[in-house]
This record gives sequence, C-alpha cells and structure tokens, in this order.
Amino acid sequence: MRDLGPDRPLIALSVLLTVFGLLILYSAGQTDVPSIALGVWKRQAVWALVGMVAAAIVFRLSPRLLEWLAPVAYGGALLLLLITLVIGKGAGTAQSSKSWIVIAGHPIGQPAELAKLAVVLMLARYLGSRREAAQSLRDLVPACVIAGVPFLLVMKQPDLGSALVFIGILFAMLFWSGVRWTWLFLLASPVASLLLAFSTATWAAYMVVLFVLLLIWRPYVYEAVAIYVINSVMGAIALPIWHKLAPYQQNRLLTFLNPEVDPQKAGYHAIQSKVAIGAGGWFGNGYLHGPQKRLAFLPEQHTDFVFSVVGEELGFFGVLLAMSLFLALFLVMLRIARRATDPFGSLLVFGIMGLLFTHVFENMGMTVNLMPITGIPLPFFSYGGSFHIATWICIGLTLRVAWEARLSGYADV
Amino acid sequence: MNEFHAELVRERSGRARLILCGAFLLLIGSFFRVQVVEHERFRLRAESNRLRPVPMTAARGIIYDRHGAIIAETVPGYSVALLASREDSLRSVLARFGRLVPLDSGDVDEVIERFREARYQPAQVLGNASLNDVSRLEEHRAELPGLVVQSEPRRTYPKGRAVAHLVGYVGEVNEGDLKVDRFPGASLGVLVGRSGLEQTYDDSLRGVPGLRYIEVDARGRLVREEGAAPPLLPTAGTPIRTTIDLPLQIYIDSIWPPGVRGAMVAMTPTGEVRAFYSAPAYDPNEFIGGISSAQWKALNTDPAFPLLDRVVQVRYPPASPFKLALAAMALRRGLIDLHTHMPEPCRGSYQYGNRSFKCWKKTGHGSLDLEGAIAQSCDVYFYQLGLRLGLNAILQDGVLLGFKEKSGIDIPNEVTPIFPASTAYYDRVYGPRNWSSAVILNLAIGQGENTQTLINMVRFYAGLSSGGKSPTPYLVRPSGAEPHDLGLSQAQLESIRTALIAVLEKGGTASASNSKDLVVGGKTGTAQNPHGKDHGWFIGFAPADHPQIIVGGVMEFALHGTVVAPYVVRAIRRYLLGPADSGKTSIRLLVPDEIPAGGGENSPESVPVDTGSAANTPDTAQ
Repeated sequence: MRDLGPDRPLIALSVLLTVFGLLILYSAGQTDVPSIALGVWKRQAVWALVGMVAAAIVFRLSPRLLEWLAPVAYGGALLLLLITLVIGKGAGTAQSSKSWIVIAGHPIGQPAELAKLAVVLMLARYLGSRREAAQSLRDLVPACVIAGVPFLLVMKQPDLGSALVFIGILFAMLFWSGVRWTWLFLLASPVASLLLAFSTATWAAYMVVLFVLLLIWRPYVYEAVAIYVINSVMGAIALPIWHKLAPYQQNRLLTFLNPEVDPQKAGYHAIQSKVAIGAGGWFGNGYLHGPQKRLAFLPEQHTDFVFSVVGEELGFFGVLLAMSLFLALFLVMLRIARRATDPFGSLLVFGIMGLLFTHVFENMGMTVNLMPITGIPLPFFSYGGSFHIATWICIGLTLRVAWEARLSGYADV
Repeated sequence: MNEFHAELVRERSGRARLILCGAFLLLIGSFFRVQVVEHERFRLRAESNRLRPVPMTAARGIIYDRHGAIIAETVPGYSVALLASREDSLRSVLARFGRLVPLDSGDVDEVIERFREARYQPAQVLGNASLNDVSRLEEHRAELPGLVVQSEPRRTYPKGRAVAHLVGYVGEVNEGDLKVDRFPGASLGVLVGRSGLEQTYDDSLRGVPGLRYIEVDARGRLVREEGAAPPLLPTAGTPIRTTIDLPLQIYIDSIWPPGVRGAMVAMTPTGEVRAFYSAPAYDPNEFIGGISSAQWKALNTDPAFPLLDRVVQVRYPPASPFKLALAAMALRRGLIDLHTHMPEPCRGSYQYGNRSFKCWKKTGHGSLDLEGAIAQSCDVYFYQLGLRLGLNAILQDGVLLGFKEKSGIDIPNEVTPIFPASTAYYDRVYGPRNWSSAVILNLAIGQGENTQTLINMVRFYAGLSSGGKSPTPYLVRPSGAEPHDLGLSQAQLESIRTALIAVLEKGGTASASNSKDLVVGGKTGTAQNPHGKDHGWFIGFAPADHPQIIVGGVMEFALHGTVVAPYVVRAIRRYLLGPADSGKTSIRLLVPDEIPAGGGENSPESVPVDTGSAANTPDTAQ
C-alpha cells in the first residue's frame, strides 16, 4: 500500500536535529559564570514551534504558486536588503554589521535569511523554466546575476558568511540544472586566481594550467578569452584589494592560516574552539560538564560556536552522531530532489540542500579551523529566530515537494 | 535535451552523493585529528586555561638541640592571597580587604608588586594570618572575589632572641636569588633560610613544595578552590639534630648583661658547639610571613647592628689570649720550656730600640718563667719571647696554627681572620722601608695586624686545652676536615693547662672568677680600641685537668677581660654542674660602668707605626 503522508524520515531527522540542538543550547547556557546564553534555549524552543507552524503553512502551498510567487519573493527580499543597508543595525552576535531590521528598538529579523530562500526560489524558477541546458558560459550569466545581486547587497552589510551562502546555492543549483562541472570550474576560476595571486610563482603556474584547460575544454573563443582576461585581472588586483581590507579582516584571513599569530584577539575564537573540541576526546567531558564552556573560555557558545559544545561535552562520538544526522538529512533531501515531479521542485529542494549544506560545512569547519571564521549559524543548533524559522520553512517546502512526488507515483524511482 | 530526464538526474544524484559524503569525510577527518590524534595537547591546553597552580608550602624540618628540645619548629598557620584578573580590580578588593584586616600602604604596594610578577597566580596578602583574621575574611567572602585562604605551615622559634644568630631566619626567594641560582630547586616565593643554620642546612630543611589547583574562568576570576584537580602534596623537610645544648644557650641569654654587645660560644674538645650566642639579637619570629619594611629598616639602621653575628662575622684583636699562641710557637720549636725566664725581668716596660713598650702592670712583674708570665699575662715577657721567635717564625707558625683561615663552622658568612702570611704583607701595606721589626712586639701581645673571630680563638683554645688538636667546630655535621695539629707534646700541653689554671687560681688575672669545687682554666684579654673603650675577652675551659667544655666570650667596650670572665665561668658551671649550681655562684659581677677608667690590661705607649687600620674596631662582614 502506498504511503501518501508526508515524508517521515525527513520529519524524523528534522525533529531529532531540533531536539538535539535544543539540548545543546540548554547546555550552552549552563555556565559557572552567568552568561546571556542562560535562558536562550526556551526562546529557541518557541522559535522551533513557530518554525514548525510556518513549515506546516508552506506545506499547504502548491509548488505552482511558489513558482509564480518566486519573483515577488525575490523582489521583496532585495527590497528588504536595500532597506537594511539604509536602516540596518547590528544586534546579537553580529554587532559590527548592519544586518538587522530594527523597528522601534526591537530587532525584528535578519533579511539575509529570507533572501537566501528567495534566491533558491528564483533560481529554481529560472533554471527550471529553461528547456535546454546551458549551451555556453554566457547562458550562465542570468543565474549569476540572480545570486550576485543579493550577494553584493549582503557583502555590503558586511556579512561575509551569509554572502558565501549565495555562492553555495548558485553552484549547487547550477550543478543540479545540468551545467558541466568544467564550466563550474571556469566560473569559479577568477576566485582561485584571486587567492593564488599571493604567490607569484603559483599564480603563474595556475595561469598556464588554465590556458591548457581552455584549449582542451574548448568553450567559445570569446568566452575563453574573457575567462583568461578576468583571471589575469583578478590576479593583478589581488594585492591592492588586500591592502584595502580593514586590518581586522586581514587578521581573520591570516589567523585562518595560523591562529597563533594573534592568540588573544583575532585567533582567540579559533584557538579556544579547537581547544574545547580537542579536550573532548573520544567521549567528551559529559553533557553539561564542558569546562571550557562552563568557564567561558569558549566564545559565542550558543550561536556560532555551539557545535564546539557538542565536541567538548559529547566528544568525537557526539560529533559523529550530529554529522550522521545531517548527512542523513541531506541524503533524504537528495532523494526527494531526484524524485521530484518537475524541475522547479527538484531544483528547489536541491537548492535548499545546498543552502543548508553550506551552513553546516562552513560552521563545523570553522570550529576546527578547517574553514576561516565567518559568522554563520549551524542549522537547528545555533540560537537565532530568523534562521531557525527559515530552516523549518525549508523543511516545509521540501516536504511539499516530496508529497507531490508521492501523489504522482514517482515514489518508486 | 531535457536536463531533468530521469537518467541524467540519477547520474547527477550519484555525483552529488559522492560530493556530500566526501565533504562529511573531510569534516570527520578534521574532527578526528583534533579530538583523537591531538587530544592530549588540547586537553593540557584546556587545563592550563582553567587551572591556576597554587604552591603548597612544605613544612620546614624541625631543628632540635642535642637532647631533642626544639629550637625551631613548624606549626599550623594561614596565608591569605587574592587572585585577580586586573590590577584595578585587585586594588578595589584590597581596599575592601583593608577594612576587615588593616593593611598599610606599603603592604598594598607589595601585593601589587607580587601580582605584577605573576599575574596568573594568587598574590599573597598575609603570609601569617591569625585564625581571627581568617574567620573575619571568610565571613565576608562574597565581597572579596578571588580570596584564597590556605593553611600554611608556619615556622616558629619558641626561644626567639636566645637562638637568633644560631638558627638565623627565613625569607622568600626573590628575583635576585633566582638570577644567581642561590637556592637551587627553589622557586619564587618559597621560604628559604637566609642566615644561620636555616641557611646552611636549607637543602634538607626546606622540603619539596606541593601544588594544588584552583579553577578560574576566561577572565581570570576564581570559580572553584577545591577539587578542580588532584593536588601534589608537599614533602616536609628533614629535621636536623644539632650539637647545641639549649638550656645552656638559654642560660647564656639570660645572664648576658642587657645592652652589651658581644658574643659567647661554647664548644667541646671535639668541636661540637654547645652554645652559639651573639648580642644584641633580633627575634627571628618577626621574619615569619615577611618582615615589614619598617622592621627591616630598624634592624639595619640600629647602631648596635643586631643582625651581625659576632661569633663569626666580627674580627677583634685577639689580645692576651693570643699570648698562648706565641707560647705554643716557642714550645713546639723547642726554644723554651715552661720554666724558661727571659733575659730581662719586667719592670713595667720594655725598651726596644729607642721606644719603650709598656707592660699592663706599671710596677712590673719581676722575673717570671713562662707559666708565671701566662698567669700574670706579662707583656714584657712576651715582647722578648716574640723577638726570640722572630717575625718570620711568628707569621709562619700563626698560619700553621690556623690564624689565617676560617674556623670552618657550619654557619654561613664566616669572615676570614686577618693575619699576615709573610713579611710581604707589611711591605705591601706600609711600603718596604716604612716598618720595623717592632711590629713583632705588637703581634706578641695579640695586637697589631692580627684580628680574629671569637669562634677561631675558641677553636685554638679547644686544641690547646685538650689533645693538642684544634677541631673544626660544628653544629650539625662534622666537616670531616682534619683537626689542626698544634704540634705540642702531651707534657707541653699539660704545662700550658697548668699555667692557664693559674690565671684563675693563683692570683692570676681572673682569679675572682674561680670557685673551689670546679677548677676552670682560661685566659683574659683586653683588646685596644682606639674608637672607644677596650673590648674584653675571656676564653675558659673546665674541668681543668680533663676539659669537657671550652667557652669563649667577648664583650665590646667591656674595658677588661675580667669583666667577661665571670659570665664565661657561669656558663661553664651551668653546663658541667647543671641548673642547681648556677643560682648560688658567688662571683662578683662587674658591669662596664663599675670599671674605673683606664684600667686596661696593657696599653703600650708607643705603637711602631700608625696602625689606624681596621685592627682595633670590630670588622664587620660585608
């Protein structure tokens, strides 16, 4: 007998992750020195309920309606981002960037979280509506613009972490829409050029390799020229850009390479997070009993570095458990994307997966210095209303796509 | 071609799954490296983050006298410290602290200084807090964040001043000590002996300090004092047993005339020191918990120099007791025997060249043999004996008898006596032609270029009065050095003893000091002091026929050795006859003021050269 209810594994995983997150958030508030994290788990529980209600509501929305509404949502999101740039305030853990909409003194939310979802919808609509795959690199330009505009607006706040998520979404959805990975590489090549430019020899070698690749992959000649020129320009402007960065931004990048260059300031977060996780060992110090967290050595233990609490208190096994849950969630989403009845639904779910994956990979990676530190929350774990609700809306949308597929009999694919 | 054809989607889905799994493997690998491979490194780092080591003082070893009575011990006490993250917060806590337990501004500065030296460790405020203070502080613990109260073994000297120079005192290791590694193995703030036995035997007395850990938060605030990590318990120091006879030591302190500067030391013929006393003294208990700067200043600016150990750190002209050294030199060279008379009898002075050298007795002693000359301390006899020996022999034998070296006692900072090794000394000091052999006359009566510590003179007398070997004095462990052989036969030693008994028996210079039931031998001395009244010496031993104890005393500005003699004799009697005897002694004690002015034993009118050097004033160490 065919099961026509919502996708149970997805619900189960989402609820498990939410409960896990709340437990860790509760622990994050249990410190020997009172901290602001003390009662946040209660508010997060409320956000979770609100998120679940929101998920139930979006579950009611037909994908056709969503597809039709995508430009509206996208336009609205851009408008909010513009407004944020004008009247935005710093709040919570993002004190230094103007990322919050504040009305009458009350922080209402971070429009960037909404914009991420809007970009997924818009890209799903655009890429899904095309009957044919991109024939040339030029065909990728509209998609890049869709993701690029909010990217630039968020960069301006400045909120590098959120901005990176747009890039993650863009690449995930281009990949899912069938763009060849060689083209994705060429699309990303200017960034590679920018990063490699700090060593002239490496950069020169890279440019030679790029030249050879362009000969082998044979894009249109003018595209190949454009790619090569853009790469050259990026390499040339890398150093001027570096010198234009504020010292704290330079420090962040430098401390990513070696946190010990500034252990008290820029490298402090990276070091203390690693110390807490490393001290956890195989089984951790026990739930609620992480000394680094208890004694406030672990910074932002309820937001950006909440996963370090998992590492310290539950050890490597706790980390494995959390990772398994996330991996399972993504694999379920991948299955749903694969079985979706139409390109829009499929792209929507894959885009959501790309969104959440970027968050998970970047957030977990930065706690062990695998990734540079950018203020980016961990889905289901980090304290924060906008993002928690947005995450649950993502789950609601995915459930709807899954449900559509089941109704249409694709469930066996 | 539809990119969302099922086949293509399945193909991409497979790739996406690979990418996902790869990314998670990368994450898992990173966490594995940090949590499992490098776990130990990060665990240590986390501990150093939150644990602050607090040293636990080891109890210093007890110092016993020869019978097991306690000279220095360790009792329970408390120390109070403050842990602070910043200097201004420490200051505000200290201000509240000061309202509960008074602190003066110097104390506050000292605490701030300690804090600056070691920011991550509790800064000690009170090193020796009373139970009263501790309970008052504990009551107000809420107002005093970072308060660390620790039970701390406290050094105490039950007999205080009586044993001051013997035991010395303790103090904390400071930066300067660390730089020169003065106390190997001791870290900053550890109590170490800074003088006396505490210093000499610091290695074994000190013990090994322990460590306990307190837990702090990221801002360095104290969170937990107990149970943060298992402590390393301290190891108490090793007790030492000394050769000191504490009742004798206390007795000497009790009879010592108040206000008089000087020293007394008692020794057995084998070198075991039974009493070691220097006056004025200080109270070593004042150093416990850190001496206040005011007290330290007072001790250092006191004109009587109470910190000076007059047994080993002050050189006095040996005066008449040195005549026995001259006698020993002549006897061992076979120049004379006990009954040899000098060519010229004593008529109150001796003419040498165009100068006249006086004897202390203006009317003269007449013709004396050596025994008589020793008993009467006749200067004229020894002038001639000195001339007969010659300068080279005196200097050569003086070095052989140990007058140019430290006694080697196990007390720190002993000064080396001044004694010329050869005539080159005079050439260097006065110029090759600016001195004459008249210096012999001065040396012969223990004046001139010869200053000795009390301990070194007593050491010489220990050899003289017993087996002819001067032992190295010791308080805890024999040095192992061979005793100085004086090179005298048993018969010669016997006759010297007889002569010394005569000093007290047959109307000698100290006869008032002797009493019938115990025969005491000894020699008085009066050291010229151009800066004030003469210093008095007496070195005695008993029982005279088979000495068990040798006691030497020196009193500054006492005018005459006979002033010192009764005190020394009383000490000897107390040691040999016990406490029952000491009360009924019939010795008439003279206090310095009763001595008529100018009653000096010897005061030669002419001095060969201007010897206004350090010869006559106590040379202080350092």
